[in-house]
Amino acid sequence: MHQVTEENNSVLEVLDTVMDPEIPVLSILDLGIVRDVRVEDGKVYIAITPTYTGCPAMHLIEMEIRAAIAQLGQEAIVKTVLSPAWTTDWMREGAMKKLSQYGIAPPKRIAAMQHPVCGTPDPIACPLCASVNTEVISEFGSTACKALYRCRDCREPFDYFKCH
Amino acid sequence: MSMGNEQLEYALHLADNALILGQRLGEWCGHGPVLEQDIAMTNIALDYIGRARLLYQYAAGMCAPESTEDQLAFMRNEWEYRNVLLAEQPNGDFAQTVARQFYIEAFQIDYLKALQQSGDATFSAIAEKSIKETAYHFKWASEWVIRLGDGTDVSHRKMQDALETLWPYTGELFREAPYESWMRKNLNGPDLAALYTAWSARLQPVFTLAGLELPAGQWMQEGGKTGRHTEHMGYLLAEMQFMQRAYPGLEW
Repeated sequence: MHQVTEENNSVLEVLDTVMDPEIPVLSILDLGIVRDVRVEDGKVYIAITPTYTGCPAMHLIEMEIRAAIAQLGQEAIVKTVLSPAWTTDWMREGAMKKLSQYGIAPPKRIAAMQHPVCGTPDPIACPLCASVNTEVISEFGSTACKALYRCRDCREPFDYFKCH
Repeated sequence: MSMGNEQLEYALHLADNALILGQRLGEWCGHGPVLEQDIAMTNIALDYIGRARLLYQYAAGMCAPESTEDQLAFMRNEWEYRNVLLAEQPNGDFAQTVARQFYIEAFQIDYLKALQQSGDATFSAIAEKSIKETAYHFKWASEWVIRLGDGTDVSHRKMQDALETLWPYTGELFREAPYESWMRKNLNGPDLAALYTAWSARLQPVFTLAGLELPAGQWMQEGGKTGRHTEHMGYLLAEMQFMQRAYPGLEW
């Protein structure tokens, strides 16, 4: 993972302003998709990893990283790495709260799940009323990373950021 | 494009499988039986198209500057595609789409685990990335096989028919093409014949829960892996390739 040093602290601050275009409350650092940051010979080398192979946001994220680093007067070289594969466990703790406030039920930490990932669904709390009396409508939602749920108490549908 | 480079041909085989199956699933966009399933199928399609892109980029790197990712995906002819026949079979009714996905995902789970252990770092990384997605795909397909098989008389009959119709295309999954033998011997690629038992073991409990019968037919079709495709492939390509054929080099 990236090292926070005097030298790249400002880079990390800027990267924290690059938001996921599909979930604009989360930065790419919140998501845990920035895997390496190095400053060498005046250039900033950044390695990112896709959440899902088909994530259509990757190209845009890459452009936005370059634009953000350009604000520092530096050039960013962005490379995509696939291994190790991204997991929701790399999301920052603060990201979970932001997701919940945004109306998306955050993923559980994989170690805290009662059932294996992709097995019987764990009880998921409704982000609107906090009830765990909820049900899966579909494992596939509005984006690759989300499943569609419904709350049986407040009757509202909601997105769940599924464990991965 | 000249063949003879086994690693390239292997990459194209994997890429073509992903692209053609992704294209088929994408055909459901706007036509799904209910909105949630329309979204599910196009989500799965998106995973496959993403996988195809990574594999075509890798393949294009092996034959650069003669070819690019888009040229490999859209400008080859039918006999140059290396996908299995099962991937190109038409969507049919919803049951047939579910059956195709069920057979393929049941295979993918163990295949990708084996590919992750291969000596090719790129194939290995793409496999590692795809494994988690595949678990969700297999779950989706299994749930529908069970729901339709254990549903009404009509849904049961349609599900059984679909599984029978596609059964003769499952044998090819386990028959090695020359480039797959090469990959197994030289880069520790998956041993297809050895995956059959695991595949059967994944099917059986789902068939049992669904109250369906495992097809018993012995005759298996093959040819896709070496470019001999079913009649459906040409029609699929005609639609998929239209824009790049009409406007070569087109970009969004």
